[in-house]
Amino acid sequence: MEIPVDWYLALSAILFLLGVIGVLFRRNVIIILMSIELMLNAVNISLVALSQATGDVSGQILVFFVMSVAAAEAAVGLAIVIAIFRNKLSVDVNDFNLFKH
Amino acid sequence: MNIDSLVLLAIALPLMGAAFNGLVGLFAPGYRSNKTLIGTLGTLCVAIPFAIGVLLFIQFDHDAHITRAFTWMSAGDFTADFGYRVDQLSLLMMLIVTGVGALIHIYSIGYMRDDPGFWKFFAYLNLFIFAMLNLVLGDNLLVLFLGWEGVGLCSYLLIGFWFTDLKNSEAANKAFIVNRIGDFAFLLAMFILFKDLGSLDFDVILAGGASLAPATINWVVFLLFIGATGKSAQIPLFVWLPDAMAGPTPVSALIHAATMVTSGLYLLARMSSLVLLAPGVMTFIAIIGALTAIMAATIAITQNDIKRVLAYSTVSQLGFMFMAAGVGAFFVAIFHVMTHAFFKGCLFLGSGSVIHGMHEVEHQLEEEGHEVHLDPQDMRTMGGLRKYMPATSITYLISTLAIAGFPLMSGFFSKDEILFKAFEYGYSGNGYAWFVWVVGIITALLTAFYMMRSYVLTFRGKERWPNADRIHPHESPASMTGPLWALAVLAIVGGFLGLPGVIAHGDLNWIHHWLGAPYGGPVAEAVVAEHEASFIVVEWILLILGGVIALVGLGYAWRVYNRDGIEFDQKLAIDFRGLYTTWANKYYWDEGYDKAVVKPVLGLARRVMDPFDRYIVDGLVNGLGSMVRAFSSLFKYLQTGVVQNYAVAILFGVVLLLGLIIFG
Repeated sequence: MEIPVDWYLALSAILFLLGVIGVLFRRNVIIILMSIELMLNAVNISLVALSQATGDVSGQILVFFVMSVAAAEAAVGLAIVIAIFRNKLSVDVNDFNLFKH
Repeated sequence: MNIDSLVLLAIALPLMGAAFNGLVGLFAPGYRSNKTLIGTLGTLCVAIPFAIGVLLFIQFDHDAHITRAFTWMSAGDFTADFGYRVDQLSLLMMLIVTGVGALIHIYSIGYMRDDPGFWKFFAYLNLFIFAMLNLVLGDNLLVLFLGWEGVGLCSYLLIGFWFTDLKNSEAANKAFIVNRIGDFAFLLAMFILFKDLGSLDFDVILAGGASLAPATINWVVFLLFIGATGKSAQIPLFVWLPDAMAGPTPVSALIHAATMVTSGLYLLARMSSLVLLAPGVMTFIAIIGALTAIMAATIAITQNDIKRVLAYSTVSQLGFMFMAAGVGAFFVAIFHVMTHAFFKGCLFLGSGSVIHGMHEVEHQLEEEGHEVHLDPQDMRTMGGLRKYMPATSITYLISTLAIAGFPLMSGFFSKDEILFKAFEYGYSGNGYAWFVWVVGIITALLTAFYMMRSYVLTFRGKERWPNADRIHPHESPASMTGPLWALAVLAIVGGFLGLPGVIAHGDLNWIHHWLGAPYGGPVAEAVVAEHEASFIVVEWILLILGGVIALVGLGYAWRVYNRDGIEFDQKLAIDFRGLYTTWANKYYWDEGYDKAVVKPVLGLARRVMDPFDRYIVDGLVNGLGSMVRAFSSLFKYLQTGVVQNYAVAILFGVVLLLGLIIFG
């Protein structure tokens, strides 16, 4: 039995929303980074699903790009987190307020 | 070389000299110590134009030659060229400026040798010569005005040459500001001329002058004269000149005695045919000249600073020149400009030589550890210098005799010619000229008196500085005494260029034949009544009267100051009680200006401009600032520094955009 594409899209939307909520409301910067990964992967799911439904392979190729960018982003993001941690001894985003007015 | 390139070379050389010494000296400090090189270059850049002047003078064929370098500005139907005019008047002025200028450059090599600003001094001097040549050679009022302002600038720079002393900078400011008033009038005169004639070229102005309305001519001549009172130090704008003595002495000789201060006379002589059309203003000019002459002469009697005596003497002699201009004898005014350049240049350089010597005395006293403050310009601490500085003493005496009008010296001829012209003009039915004549006679007497006073107090009698038995000055070096001798010789013989009318009916009056309009020259003159044959007796009497007056003044001062020395001043003070105090206080001009102009202006500034500055100008600037702050404080809370707040904003933005795309 074929699972209709709507379900995939619904799953993708739910995961994306979870990621957004994580980014917006969690204080731990590591969790925020993970939430960003979650959002990216939610998009990946919808890309793959739509690619399979329409029979167009380019969506799947785009997924590889997203995954590699996500990996790079995670590496840079974690490096920044470590650098900040050395300064502030904290991973709480509320302590990162250098740009405050 | 043709005349055009010679003229342009003569004008360009001093500018190049100024640029070279100034710029190389500024950017290459090592160059500054090459004083011989700097001095030679500076002098050559004036001596060569002098040689060119002589060449032009020899070649001159009685027609004005106009050189157009290039068009300066062109707007609508108005054009002003950098045009230069070589004619009898400008050639004579050029020779005076570059000739006396070159001598004073040589003198400065010796006088300024120990000054760290040597290079700067020569750059300024050359710049001055450049500006002065523009002034006397310019073919239109605009180029003349350029030179006029240029010499004013150089005067300012050189008065304030030792600017680390506040007094000197103040004197420089005073000279500049007072001259501004005159320059403003000059500008107005140019505006009027341009409005009515459409051109500032001398040819157009002098040819079209007669077609102007009488009121216009009066205004133009009056405003030009006010301009001249600023530059040439006449009442009411003379107050800057005595203070200008704060500059180095060669500057006083060159700028404030021989050349720049006579540019007002040059202007009037250049405009002579226009001036003659305004007899009312001529009366005014003559009376101002006469009052200035006698006022400055009486002040000069009371001064103890040797340079101030000479400064007031200059003001007084300039007054004489304006008297001549006011009775329509412009060529005589220029004659006196010339002889005055010789003897007053020599006197100032002589006073510089004396100051040089007294500095030496001051140094020796300091080395011996004396705590005396010796003013090297104060005649009260001089005396007896004749023994130590013979060349300075003799040349100073020669020039003193010349300025006093000792018979057959240059001042005798030029001053008597002025007095005679005043007499003649009065005789022709112009009443005010009698007044001018009487004042002139009295002033001539005073001149002889105060000049001999300064000579005797400086060079004769007992030495009055401390420890005079051991410490004494020495004669200045040859680079300084050489120019003194040259000017002294000129001061003796210069007068023979203008022999009076009693000799060969004036046919030997070279200067009249050279400049005068009746002989094809550029300088117009007033028409006087035809004389009867017996008038020559009157002329002889006047000539002898002039000589006698000079001898009386000289002889009296010689006797009393040799007898009583400096104490005679006290006798004068007692004899003339109230008057003497007025003279010694310079008729309270400075105090008057302080009360009438300076204080009110400063008071107004404090009362009006200060609040204006504080509340309106500052208020505007500060208000703008606080307005931006207030506006920004409305939004500054958006910048929480919490990344997640920004993320929320991004989210809402994205949702909004998506909403617009999908439902919009």
